Amino acid sequence: MNNYPADVAALARKDLLLELRAKETLPSMLLFVVATLTIFHFALPRGTSDVAARGLLWSALIFTALLGLTRAFVAEREQSMFDALILAPVDRSAIWLGKAIAVLAFLVAAEVVALPAFAAFFHGLDGRTVAAVALADLGICSVGTLFGAMAVAGRARELLLPLLFLPMAIPIVVGGVGGYLWFLALYDAIFALLSWAAFEYVVAEV
Amino acid sequence: MKLPALAAACTGLFGLATALAFFYAPTDADQGLSQRIFYFHVPLALTSYVCFGWGAWKALGYLRTRRESADLESYVAIHQGVIFGALTLLTGSIWARISWGVWWSWNEDQLVLFLVLFLFYCAYFMLRFSIEPGPARANMCAVYALFGAVLIPVSFLAIRLSKRFIHPVVFNSHGPQMTGAQFLTFCVCLAAMLGLFATLYAIELAGKRLDGSLRELKELLR
Repeated sequence: MNNYPADVAALARKDLLLELRAKETLPSMLLFVVATLTIFHFALPRGTSDVAARGLLWSALIFTALLGLTRAFVAEREQSMFDALILAPVDRSAIWLGKAIAVLAFLVAAEVVALPAFAAFFHGLDGRTVAAVALADLGICSVGTLFGAMAVAGRARELLLPLLFLPMAIPIVVGGVGGYLWFLALYDAIFALLSWAAFEYVVAEV
Repeated sequence: MKLPALAAACTGLFGLATALAFFYAPTDADQGLSQRIFYFHVPLALTSYVCFGWGAWKALGYLRTRRESADLESYVAIHQGVIFGALTLLTGSIWARISWGVWWSWNEDQLVLFLVLFLFYCAYFMLRFSIEPGPARANMCAVYALFGAVLIPVSFLAIRLSKRFIHPVVFNSHGPQMTGAQFLTFCVCLAAMLGLFATLYAIELAGKRLDGSLRELKELLR
């Protein structure tokens, strides 16, 4: 544990570098979120209230995050990198933290485009929603990374992650749409801690 | 043999509970006969919480001790919990139709909580059956079951935040809002339902263990 932050940084850097070279995940997340918001514009009747539009923003964000999370462990799976990572002399939870940070970076990058797009397409945006999105990102990435690692072990892979993750995301949507920042912070604290502690077991016997 | 005794006791208790619910408990002045579904609906719901809690407890036991039997016990408890949960949704829906005139009400926190949990625990089976049996699967299922136990209070809080009240709140800080006869009936029904869980749990566990030993024997013979 002596060099935990350095291990985490190295692992996160590896994922970001991979993405920088391959450019696979982030462009698809960006396209997806803008396309989804466009669909929502046409799905909503004219003159819909802010509250309804805000609900759609949250569904767009959850599905975009899901897209990123599904891709998160693709390299590990296709090139059996999990074995290498587990053999590496790092604490197992550092693998989780590094991956969660990388996923968070992709998600935040997608939101930097998605939130202004939402503000332009619909009725603008208030600071509370932005704060709620930021808090929700932490919860989404911590739980999503853990469940992503579970899902790649299964046969159904891409199919499995949404099934595992969406019920966990319901409280996030409730907290986000209602703007309950303290609730989102509580969710983040509980589930980040739990995911951090549990990750070791998920990759222990792969 | 313990199982037949347990099953017999459960049958007796269930008969008593049904008789009490239909003939002993007073008819509700407001809702009439339909209120009697309360004596099944609420015990079903509480039992399914007990199942999920027991499953999470066994999952924790698995992660600590690595005993294979704890994994199986956790799975069986969650399996029973999903069955009781499905019955809770069904009875709740019937009651809602009769007493509020709708099959489903988003304003009703318990129903929504059950839907969330039901979705979550159905995914547990998808996870379990898409991974090859072995310690990796047991680990992941245990972690998932633990997440479920934490998700219950978190979702409950979330749903409380998101809705308005129309659910009758029978238990509040002043104790149960029931007459003595109603409360007695309720307790017997709850005991019967928990007994049913214990019996079904024991039966399924025995069956699954038999399956396991049979498979081992087959392997040995091959």
